[in-house]
Amino acid sequence: MGNLVVEMKNIRKTFPGTVANDQVSLQIFEGEIHALLGENGAGKSTLMSILTGLYKPDCGEIYIRGEKVDFKAPKDAIDRGIGMVHQHFKLVKPFTVAENVILGLPGKQFIQQDEIVKEINHISEQFGLKVDAGAKIWQLSVGEQQRVEIIKMLYRGTNIMILDEPTAVLTPQEVGELFRTLRSMADKNCAIIFITHKMHEVMEFADRITVLRGGKAIATKENKHTSSNELAELMVGKQMSMERKNAGGELGEVVLKVDKVCAQNDKGLQALNNISFSIRAGEILGVAGVAGNGQSVLSEVLSGMREATRGKITLNGEDITNKPVQSIIDAGVAFIPEDRGSTGLAGNLSVIDNIMLKEYRCKKFSGGIFMKDKAVRTRAQELVDTYDVKIPNIDCPVKMMSGGNLQKLLLARETSFGPKLIVAVYPIRGLDIGATDFIHDLLIAEKAKGAAILLISEDLEELFKMADNIAVMYEGEFMDTIPYAKANVNEIGLLMSGVRSGTNG
Amino acid sequence: MAKTKIMLEKRLTVPTSVKAFVPIIAIFLALVATSIFFIVGGKNPIEMYIEMFGGAFGSWYGISETLVKTIPLLICALGVSVAFRMQLYNTGAEGQLYMGALAATYVALFVPNIPTLLRLPVMMLAALLAGALWAFIPAISKALWDVNEVITTLLLNYVAILTVESLLFGAWKDPNGFNFPQTAQFDQSFRLPAFGTTRIHMGLVIGIVLAVILYIVFSKTKWGYEIRVMGESKRVAVYSGMNISRNIVIVLCLSGALAGLAGMSEVSGVSGRLIRSISDNFGYSAIIVAWLARLNPFMIIVVSFLFGGLLSSGSTIQMAGLPASTSYMLQGTILFFVLAGELFIRYKVRFIKQEVE
Repeated sequence: MGNLVVEMKNIRKTFPGTVANDQVSLQIFEGEIHALLGENGAGKSTLMSILTGLYKPDCGEIYIRGEKVDFKAPKDAIDRGIGMVHQHFKLVKPFTVAENVILGLPGKQFIQQDEIVKEINHISEQFGLKVDAGAKIWQLSVGEQQRVEIIKMLYRGTNIMILDEPTAVLTPQEVGELFRTLRSMADKNCAIIFITHKMHEVMEFADRITVLRGGKAIATKENKHTSSNELAELMVGKQMSMERKNAGGELGEVVLKVDKVCAQNDKGLQALNNISFSIRAGEILGVAGVAGNGQSVLSEVLSGMREATRGKITLNGEDITNKPVQSIIDAGVAFIPEDRGSTGLAGNLSVIDNIMLKEYRCKKFSGGIFMKDKAVRTRAQELVDTYDVKIPNIDCPVKMMSGGNLQKLLLARETSFGPKLIVAVYPIRGLDIGATDFIHDLLIAEKAKGAAILLISEDLEELFKMADNIAVMYEGEFMDTIPYAKANVNEIGLLMSGVRSGTNG
Repeated sequence: MAKTKIMLEKRLTVPTSVKAFVPIIAIFLALVATSIFFIVGGKNPIEMYIEMFGGAFGSWYGISETLVKTIPLLICALGVSVAFRMQLYNTGAEGQLYMGALAATYVALFVPNIPTLLRLPVMMLAALLAGALWAFIPAISKALWDVNEVITTLLLNYVAILTVESLLFGAWKDPNGFNFPQTAQFDQSFRLPAFGTTRIHMGLVIGIVLAVILYIVFSKTKWGYEIRVMGESKRVAVYSGMNISRNIVIVLCLSGALAGLAGMSEVSGVSGRLIRSISDNFGYSAIIVAWLARLNPFMIIVVSFLFGGLLSSGSTIQMAGLPASTSYMLQGTILFFVLAGELFIRYKVRFIKQEVE
């Protein structure tokens, strides 16, 4: 191993309400490829934002090549040779590759096109980064755009290169090429740090791995002295309070059947990959997985907000594939979306208006033209009282409410019309223990009434408390579905990183 | 060394006092800013403002002329406000008004044998349809291909205005009109009745009734509720199973229909024929009116009256030897300051003292 180039000591960073990094220390050596492994919210991105000067740590020290530094702005980090390739590229689409590479650099009055192109070609040859310097960014594939980002960093003399989930947007062939490039850079004494949650990449390409969990650096391991099993265990953690909420009970008929469904995400990339499963009445199917593996897309397809490009979805035998949202609501599908504040509730509208979102078409609340004001108000007050939503009055805009109260209001609305299927996405994200319990009790009560529940979570503890069966989602499909009784944290952690048990470790 | 930093902090709730005072201060500042032009023109701004105010509101005649200008502003602003509620920025009320005027004129001049009692209703219907049709082009492009409605509605204004002009200079020109670019006079049965000897016509009643209807539609009906949700968040609307594309078309067409009706009320109520300057930029001023009134139909009545006064005071300005367009300038300045004032409605300004090493 080469010289120590980056040393972060006892870094702490807090944001209002959360500790993103807590006493994190990290050492990076010349010539190594270092993986930062962890679930969402583990603090990987925050740590790298500190190293690149985007955030200032609350306390802790950073040394670059032994020298103590205090980055006031990203520019200070760039001057020290630190460069980052973000997950979302920072490129100007109508500009050429060469123009993007020199963008923001101090230079001569006139652009020396030939010299720049020569330099870019030199860099691309040296590191196997094939790209046409004269091409416009919008003409390039995502993989090529990433190469431009890397060239941009190298052109600026970067020798500490950070990549945030670099393979998320790449095809398998491109992944191979990328890591060949990164290896050749490491061989020329660069230090490479990449953020990931994919186990096979870590095992295949990283020299050393630091695992983060809950804002803390749990361990740093050398590739040859560790296994994916050990890493998964470190990543997920073992100590869980196993106070199970789900008391079991008989499962009924199949309510939801999803058959070989495919769908695309907003970028037009395949996000669901022939996914098939079914949920029975009174069953809670928990879905584990690192966010971004198709969970949101799945929830949106089920609720009718996104089109399924292939496959069939049936609810109690009735085909609801690509039906309008309204018919799906009428069929009895409740949806607790991931972003409760911007999809499930309209912040500036009153409690009354928000409570009516799903039921305003019912005869009970509206006639042919007019809303039945009295019935509407009674209903809103009734739900607020029953579900103990804390709010000054029902005419208040809901944006005044706390996260826990918002979620209560949302669940009050979604469970009160007697749904047959409840799709809940990260229902307890950001909630305190009291609100979490309340939400869980509500879902269990719905299970007892015979609703089928799809519970998408990033919190294994939640799944072990609540689910009858746990499915693990990875790159748009279920790796496996395991009954609660047979599930163990390690196996699920491995599946979440794309490793099937028995094939590794 | 201490340095003071100005910070903007988003407000969670907007106090009523802020909502009320910010526009008033904005209008005051607009008056101050416009003073500069009066001074450059060699006039005492305070005297000018007093004269303008007196001209518009100081006499029965002044008030009646102000009301004549209020009518098209009111109807157009109601139309514009319908679209604004869904965050659709219809800047084409001017063109929709022209098309409404054109359709109404066609009915009055070229459709024979309408029973007398049905003449005005048919004219209105034609104007509503023409306005809606003119808005339908941007509406369908927005709904199907997400084409920016601000641009399409605005550009269609020129098409509408020039279409009317080409007719006035050509096929529809009054043969006995001494070659003026205008149509023949409508028969009395195609004229909206006026009140007494004034020029104030039935359009005023139509506008006020429309304001009441819109208030009821938007606060009491199921559709009004849907529009409220869609205006607040498209995503929440989709989540609740509302059909956004369909409502984009409905709302923009309704908005255009009302502006078209304003065109009918002008040709039928004021000029009695289609003339070149059928609109005193009503369709554009309506945008300012709707915005200032925060889309509230009753506030739109009040603000239309004030802006009607501003327009009718144009003649006072002209008599003082400044161009009448000074009143448009004042309107524009008011909008400018009101928009800038939005910042203070949405954000709280805080001064933070910082120690600098």
